Amino acid sequence: MQKVLEKVAITGAEAVAYAMKQIEPDVVAAYPITPQTPIVEYFAKYVADGVVKTEMIPVESEHSAMSALVGAAAAGARAMTATSANGLALMHEIVYIAASYRLPIVMPVVNRALSGPLNIHCDHSDAMAERDSGWIQLFAESNQEAYDLTILAVKLAEHEAVRLPVMVNLDGFILSHGVEPVELYPDELVKKFVGEPKPYYPLLDTDHPVTWGPIDLYDYYFEHKRQQAEAMENVKKVFPEIAKEFEETFGKRYNFVEEYRLDDADHVMIALGSTNSTIKYVVDELREEGYKVGALKIWMFRPFPKETLQRLLNGRKTVVVLDRALSFGAEAPLYEAVKSALYEVAARPLLGSYVYGLGGRDVKPEHIRKAFEDAIRGNLIADEQRYLGLRE
Amino acid sequence: MPVVKKFFEIRWHGRAGQGAKSASQMLAEAALEAGKYVQAFPEYGAERTGAPMKAFNRIGDEYIRVRSSIENPDVVVVIDDTLLSPEVVEGLSTDGVLLVNTAKDIEFVRKKTGFNGRICIVDATDIALQELKRGIPNTPILGALVRATNVVSLEALERRIEKMFGNKFAKEVVEANKRALRRGYEEVKCSE
Repeated sequence: MQKVLEKVAITGAEAVAYAMKQIEPDVVAAYPITPQTPIVEYFAKYVADGVVKTEMIPVESEHSAMSALVGAAAAGARAMTATSANGLALMHEIVYIAASYRLPIVMPVVNRALSGPLNIHCDHSDAMAERDSGWIQLFAESNQEAYDLTILAVKLAEHEAVRLPVMVNLDGFILSHGVEPVELYPDELVKKFVGEPKPYYPLLDTDHPVTWGPIDLYDYYFEHKRQQAEAMENVKKVFPEIAKEFEETFGKRYNFVEEYRLDDADHVMIALGSTNSTIKYVVDELREEGYKVGALKIWMFRPFPKETLQRLLNGRKTVVVLDRALSFGAEAPLYEAVKSALYEVAARPLLGSYVYGLGGRDVKPEHIRKAFEDAIRGNLIADEQRYLGLRE
Repeated sequence: MPVVKKFFEIRWHGRAGQGAKSASQMLAEAALEAGKYVQAFPEYGAERTGAPMKAFNRIGDEYIRVRSSIENPDVVVVIDDTLLSPEVVEGLSTDGVLLVNTAKDIEFVRKKTGFNGRICIVDATDIALQELKRGIPNTPILGALVRATNVVSLEALERRIEKMFGNKFAKEVVEANKRALRRGYEEVKCSE
């Protein structure tokens, strides 16, 4: 069978909704919020048109959306939702519960700045507020990746050694409302790849009654948290297998990180999401000018692929990390993770931290170039947080 | 299509609800079908009907990586002539083209914007009212854009209209849109 059905020019939101249509979860509970709204609109239309048999629950808030999914997934259903920013923040309580119950819920998150001040545009403050929730966090650079990772996430979440929920992050407006070519796969291939869900201790199996969500005090809570940590570690073993199967099925290769012109690069830039496209554009320009620069894109932020970064960054001259979120009073989240990972490498690179693009501030090639030029000149200070595209 | 840059860039100015986003998307779809690499993306301030908004296109022969906003477009398209001001032609060089949907004349556009390059005008809303019975100027303005820039072929847009409307609407609707497209192409007037 041909791998690609057709190549279409669509938004990231439509690409994600199309993946959801092909996955055809048993239950979708969602509440619309900009810029996630078109995902819910497209999917609601699939339901209304009878294209999918999914039970769609139009809930009254995101807290209820995630609560409904926890119930649905515990009952044995394949369950999905999508959200953004304050919607995700409102879910927060149940986001932790979904992970601790080991429920393989998949949730595209259309990244948007958390209020306040009120802002509807892209940054990663929403995702970073959930980084310790126990969810796997994937980040897409393009609409193709948002589509692919949504499909891949189902299999990863449901793997027996993992059983954890997954957030598929895509940049608000830039991807969600931006049109670009996406290769769509045939329904049969997607359905075959995700397979049938295998529920664990489903509530609906009344022959084997179980209790979900009982109180868990100092007697066992700690052990259960330890198991959660173990499941997260298992992702590092399982993900390459699933990515390999994805590549065999659809012809697209995924990994913990993507290396771009990295082989002989002295100076490496690291970022999450759609900004990697502009970084690659600047890498190409600087390479033409004779500079040995490269990019390392983080596809998987949680669990953090520490070993991969250690292997790829040991011995480089400089590493520049771009963050689209702040951690007030501490280092920016991605930078902190990279810096910590490099503590133990034999030949530590010079490090630099750059915060950019908060609240949708446009990131231009000259901003990226500025950070690279600092690196090339050796003008980096590991303990200094710098800003790109900011009026000061 | 100019060959200086790696890709061709268009900036659309309209009011939310006037179809700039849809027009830019339709152009991207037609260009993709013609074998090009494409981007189309909107830029909203507040998402509310009637508020000024922008949309953008990049179209090229190679994969387009850069994702920043477009500051030096090759073409600026203005869907609503009440938006005309020097601001809409910011970053547009005098080698570029300014295409405006208006019932007024080229001099009016030049005066409002101060733009010294090539100005094209088309009364796309009037064409839409006549052909589609609705004042949605998308298809005639796309016809005018093709004539003024040759960014895709008229046939590519016709094929797109057939695909887009063919499944959902009666044959008359498809034909009316194709007529509106061709009239935009034929009726656009440009300065030297």
